[in-house]
Formats: sequence, C-alpha cells, structure tokens
Amino acid sequence: MRAQHLTPPRVSKRFVQVWKRNFLVWRKLAITSMLGNLADPMLYMLGLGFGLGSLLPEVNGIPYITFLAAGTVCYSTMNSATFEALYSAFSRLHVQKTWDAILNTPMSLDDIVLAEALWAASKSLLSGLAILVIIWVLGLSHSPFTLWIIPLTVLIGLTFGSLGLVMTALAPSYDFFLYYFTLVITPMVLLCGVFFPVAQLPPLLQNVSAVLPLTHAIDLARPLVTGRAPHWAWLHVLVLASYAAGGFYVALVLTRRRLLT
Amino acid sequence: MSIAMLGLRGVRKSYGTNRVVCGVDLELTSGECFGLLGPNGAGKTTTLRLALGLTDPDAGEIRLMGHAVPRQAREARLHVGVVPQTDNLDPDFTVFENLLVYGRYFGLRDSEIETRIPPLLEFAGLEARADARIQTLSGGMKRRLSLARALVNDPALIFLDEPTTGLDPQARHLIWERLKRLVAGGKTILLTTHFMDEAERLCHRLAVMDRGHIIAEGSPQQLIVRHIEPQVVKIYGDGALAWAQQHGRKLCERCEQAGETIFCYTHDGDRVLTTLDGREELRYLHRRANLEDVFLKLTGRDLRD
Repeated sequence: MRAQHLTPPRVSKRFVQVWKRNFLVWRKLAITSMLGNLADPMLYMLGLGFGLGSLLPEVNGIPYITFLAAGTVCYSTMNSATFEALYSAFSRLHVQKTWDAILNTPMSLDDIVLAEALWAASKSLLSGLAILVIIWVLGLSHSPFTLWIIPLTVLIGLTFGSLGLVMTALAPSYDFFLYYFTLVITPMVLLCGVFFPVAQLPPLLQNVSAVLPLTHAIDLARPLVTGRAPHWAWLHVLVLASYAAGGFYVALVLTRRRLLT
Repeated sequence: MSIAMLGLRGVRKSYGTNRVVCGVDLELTSGECFGLLGPNGAGKTTTLRLALGLTDPDAGEIRLMGHAVPRQAREARLHVGVVPQTDNLDPDFTVFENLLVYGRYFGLRDSEIETRIPPLLEFAGLEARADARIQTLSGGMKRRLSLARALVNDPALIFLDEPTTGLDPQARHLIWERLKRLVAGGKTILLTTHFMDEAERLCHRLAVMDRGHIIAEGSPQQLIVRHIEPQVVKIYGDGALAWAQQHGRKLCERCEQAGETIFCYTHDGDRVLTTLDGREELRYLHRRANLEDVFLKLTGRDLRD
C-alpha cells in the first residue's frame, strides 16, 4: 500500500457524468429491470406475508405482513445496491474496462467510485420506492411517516453500495462474490430482523445482530411503517452513515491500489 | 514554432524489485509523430501511464501540456486523447452513444459533442454505423472508433498504445493513413509499437526502449545510419550454417545466426554475393538495412514474454 492511495477522497463535479452513463444504460432496459426489482421482494412479501401470516396473526402487536413489509423494504434495497456494486460494477471495472477508458479523460478514480456508490444507492431508491408503493396500495400503511423511508433507502443503498465496492475492488472474478453472500449478506438477512424480531434470537446472536448495518436500517423502517417515530433514530442513522463512509473510503483505497499502480 | 507537449526527466518507476522504468528522458514538441519502440515488457505502456498521471513516478519530473503531472494530471488530460492497447469501447452503447458519453467526461455540452460526431464518424469511416452496437463492428472498425473517441475533445496530443496490433493489413494501412492525416492537420502523436514498418512510415522521431531504459533516439534514418551497417544479406537453406563458418565472419562486419538463417551486415554486399554464386543449395536476399535490423541489434534476438 502506497501513501498516495491513502489520501482522502478528492472528487470533482464531473462524477455526475459517470452516474449519467450508468443511468443511460439502465434506461435502455428500464422495464425489465424494474420488473426484476419488484418480482422477487413481492413474492417474498406476499407469499410469506399471507402464508406465514395466517399462522401468526400478530408479531409485536402488528399483522405479520406489515411486520414483514418493513423488513422487505430494507432487505430489497440492500440487495439492489449489493448486486449493482458487485456484479455490475465488476463488469465495468474488470470485464469491459469501462473505468480504464474513463480514467484517460479528466475524470479521477475518486469520481468514478463516488459515482458508482451513488448509482448503487439510486438503484436502491428505485426498488425501495417500488415496495413502498405496494405497501401503500395494499393498505399496509397510510402513515405519512412512511415518506421517511424514501431517504432511508438512499442511506441503505450508500451503505451496501460502498461495502459491495470493497469486495469488487478485491475480486479476481465473479466467483469471489459468493463468499460475500455466504458470509455477509445471508447472515444479514437471517439475523437482522427481516422475517422475525431479533429478540427471538439467543443473546449471542443478538449481539452479532446489533453490529450489523441491516439491523439499524430495520430499526428505523419498522416504526416508520407502523406510523411511529423510531427510538434512537440518530444512533441508527449514525451507524449506517459510518458503514457507508468507512466502506467508501476502504473501497476507494483498494480500487486505487488495483488500478493506479 | 515548437512547443513542448510532453517532457519526462529522469522518470523512474518500480514494482517491488522489478524496475520497469529506469530514468527515462523524453521530449515531444508540437506537430511531431514520436514513436516509442521496444519489445514486450520494455516499459512502454508504463511510460504512457506515467505521462498521463495514471500512476505516480518514484522519481523524476513529468510535464504534460504545460501541467505538472501527476499533480495537475486532470487539467493536462483535458487536452490529450488516448487510444488504449486493447479496445475498451462501451458495449452497452451504440457507436454514436460511445462518442457522446465519452465527450461528456471532458465536460463538453451535448450540443457541442453532437456537432463534432458527424465529422468524427466520417474520419473513422463509420458514417453508416452510427446506430450500430459495438458487438457488430469488426476489429478494424473498433480501432477506428477508438481513434475517433480519442479525438472527441479535439486534443492537441494523441497517445496511441500499439494502435495496429491484431489488425489485418488492410485495416492497418487505413489506420496509418488516418494518423498521417492527423499529423498533417497539426496534431502531435506519441505512439508505441513493435512494428518497425509502422514506426519507419509514420514517425519523425523514435526512441528505442528496453528493460526500462531508452537505449537509442533519433529519426528512423539517423538510427539506421548510426547503429547499423548499410546492407544486409540474408542467407538460408541447407549449408547456410557451413557457409557462415567458412566465409561469413571474414566477408562482413557482423554475421548473425537466427535459427537456420544467417544475417550478414556489411558495407559491401557484393563481396558477400560473389561467394554465393553457383551455390544452388543456398538462397539469399540482398537488401538495404532497415529499422528492424537496428531494433534487433539493440534489443537482441532473444524471445521476450
């Protein structure tokens, strides 16, 4: 690791053009992409929500499907950003060499990594919005508090986009990402309160859950869906923002090491 | 008037214990076509990356378009076009979109880029392909599009890293013709290559690079005059090796063996030819020395990987 790789991020306004490049590609396939964003979380939410929900009429005092809806918003925004920052960004970095092409222009690598993190967050925003619309349409919640979920999806997207970009900077090939899913994403889905309250877990696993970012996202989203202000909201936001900022910096340093040596 | 477009002074770069660039000095003035020659692994691509500010030198000074690099590399790159060694066109876009999106990276307005695209497509011979997807283009078309893309910001200086590697002869000639047109139009070009005919045809000045050092510099003619005997007799066939043992070293200044072929470097080819008369088993070719002879003399005949 060389000292110049560790310097703080230096970005220019030009990063917007890299974001726009990704948007332009997405726009060509927008309909299929949106359907993909919707179908998977919809099936989980409706299948488990109605199926399991009929066996468990209430969880923490709310209908199971409403409980699950808050988890699904977070889980599906996490997934959108993760897939974008892993597979799609890796294609641009390693397979298509799009980043190399951009680096020959007045753009810096810092601009590119920032644009990719923001693009991953934009994909999260889209899938979060899609789930939110379903929540409203199904009448699971009509609280104006649910509007706070919109900025929350962006924060979740930045968090998982940045963490994903760390893996992308390290990845020799697509296969590498399986480790990340097995070791990071799957535990996140099962331990952070997407499908059941974290309080049901043994104390050791609850402690693990407490440090995982998705737990903090769900601790914010669940009260918002039921129309209440979350407790310790600033703390949860701070945890997510720290993961996002820390992840972004590490991703940047590792990507500099990969491309600028 | 000549203006310095690129200057490297005492530039060094190592990766671990591998010294890739070992004190390189280079100076490019406006309007010239400069060729950087060298076998694989000589440090040519790293030199280009250093010049563009894509990697930091361990020592030395770099100035590109009047800006100190790497500190002001962004400003410098505004006025430079780059054709990379392997095409990295955007496969998600059409030909037209590739140029549009790339122009945006330079901060150009869409309307401005859109007025530049038709002449660029014409230059690249791709007028009819504006809406084609990249996957449908031939190798030669992709290279020409890469060249057009490198011109979207109307650069004064263009870097080309092995611009014709992997192209068929027709496509290669077309690229050469376009590069000549660019130089005639006042552009400055820095190209790397290991095709000697390419260097001899296009470049006003050359530097030969090997193992991180620049080992010779000058115009193609100067290099030939300075480094090598003016004539070459190439002899092959059964008995060529025996002939070399018997006559070779006595008749010419330098006699080299490459596989089954003997190369005689000499000021007086006729002396060599008289001993070949009537030797039916030997086949030979008598020609003037060229840049490839210089290159092989300077960098050796060993295979580089």
